[in-house]
Amino acid sequence: MIRSLRALAIIGVCLAFTGVLASSIWTISGNPAPVDLAQLLSENLDRSGVEHPVTAVLLNFRSYDTLLEIGVLVIAGIAGISMAKTASLEDPQLCTSDSLLYALQRWFVPLMLVLAGYLLWAGADRPGGAFQAGAVLAATGVLMRLGGSPMAFLRPGLLLRLGLALGFTVFLLVAVASAIGGEAFLAYPPGMTKTLIVVIESVLTLSIAMVLLALFVSAPVNDAEDPEEGSSS
Amino acid sequence: MTASLLYSLAGAMLCGIGLFGLLWLSHLLRKLLAFNIMGSGVFLVMVGLPQHQGGPDPVPQALVLTGIVVAIAATALAVVLIRRYYHLSGMTSLEGERASREGGPE
Amino acid sequence: MVEWLLDGLLVVALVVTAVAALCSRDLFRAVVVFIAFGVLMAVAWVRLHAPDIALAEAAIGAGLTGVLLLDAVSHLGSKRLRAQQQGDGRQ
Repeated sequence: MIRSLRALAIIGVCLAFTGVLASSIWTISGNPAPVDLAQLLSENLDRSGVEHPVTAVLLNFRSYDTLLEIGVLVIAGIAGISMAKTASLEDPQLCTSDSLLYALQRWFVPLMLVLAGYLLWAGADRPGGAFQAGAVLAATGVLMRLGGSPMAFLRPGLLLRLGLALGFTVFLLVAVASAIGGEAFLAYPPGMTKTLIVVIESVLTLSIAMVLLALFVSAPVNDAEDPEEGSSS
Repeated sequence: MTASLLYSLAGAMLCGIGLFGLLWLSHLLRKLLAFNIMGSGVFLVMVGLPQHQGGPDPVPQALVLTGIVVAIAATALAVVLIRRYYHLSGMTSLEGERASREGGPE
Repeated sequence: MVEWLLDGLLVVALVVTAVAALCSRDLFRAVVVFIAFGVLMAVAWVRLHAPDIALAEAAIGAGLTGVLLLDAVSHLGSKRLRAQQQGDGRQ
């Protein structure tokens, strides 16, 4: 009885929420937009250093968001690693050495690495960029991990810390350097825009892949030797 | 009524579905699924609504791209936390919530 | 007309997979349906003229999330099974 009442209440709340959201969307869609962002963007696109508008927004016009985003990712990665037992990062039995996966890996890993490189490069003038390349790179790492590669660089150590912090550090350095140079925070010096964007995108790709991979690998593993903790419920 | 508006209305519906799942389900992984569905709904609204009048708008697209990457990082962190919680307590739902039907053998 | 049909079908499929992912009894099945939801989202982004997001969603929603969640499901399931067997053994 109480249970069905509870279900009814939750359904009512969710329906009301959806209704209000949908009606506000309907109302907003009737009003004309105050600023035409797309036109503003296409007028200023040649000043951004890249030809693809989404990359221009991500790494030039709204680069503050991207800076904060990589900061959030680094914090998430650190939190994930600190949750992990060290053993789970080094346990060789964790890798499922399946022969099919191994064969698949030999074909896929080079292909996916090339794909990640292409996506990174394509970001300048057509769909692609650091985020997609980072995701593909992380997926490659997950495949290698599942296929039984040792992935020694994922152990807590200098290399892992460097990989996690690289993107954020380089991005922040560029931002602060331009601020010290007398321009606004995160304003790239004219003439170097394209180079700086390519550099930042490359390190962002590495860092995003590293964070996602570290979060995947650091999921705690319950080994057979500690069953007593779990049987309390 | 354009296609973009249709997608943003669908996004509103996904938000509602996700909210329901978040409130009603008790298994933590299911809550995580519901949370992700709700996030996808928000992204659809964010991209669909500005494109209703003009053509494709790169600014919200870039923001949503950032949002998707943050969402996957949050999901991965949540999975780590859920596994840690399960490791420590042996439960798959939060304390204080009723032991639900999903808590049983899957 | 065909485009409207495609959009309508896609929206219906999105909502149906979302509901199915949440209502499925089996957790493994729920995760698999959620991966299908991610792929459909990628198609929806293409329809919304956002190829960048579609690329990211295909790599993340269909690839990484799936591996993460399936790994977690198998992990949570195996231990419960073991705990149950232990409980049965004690009785």
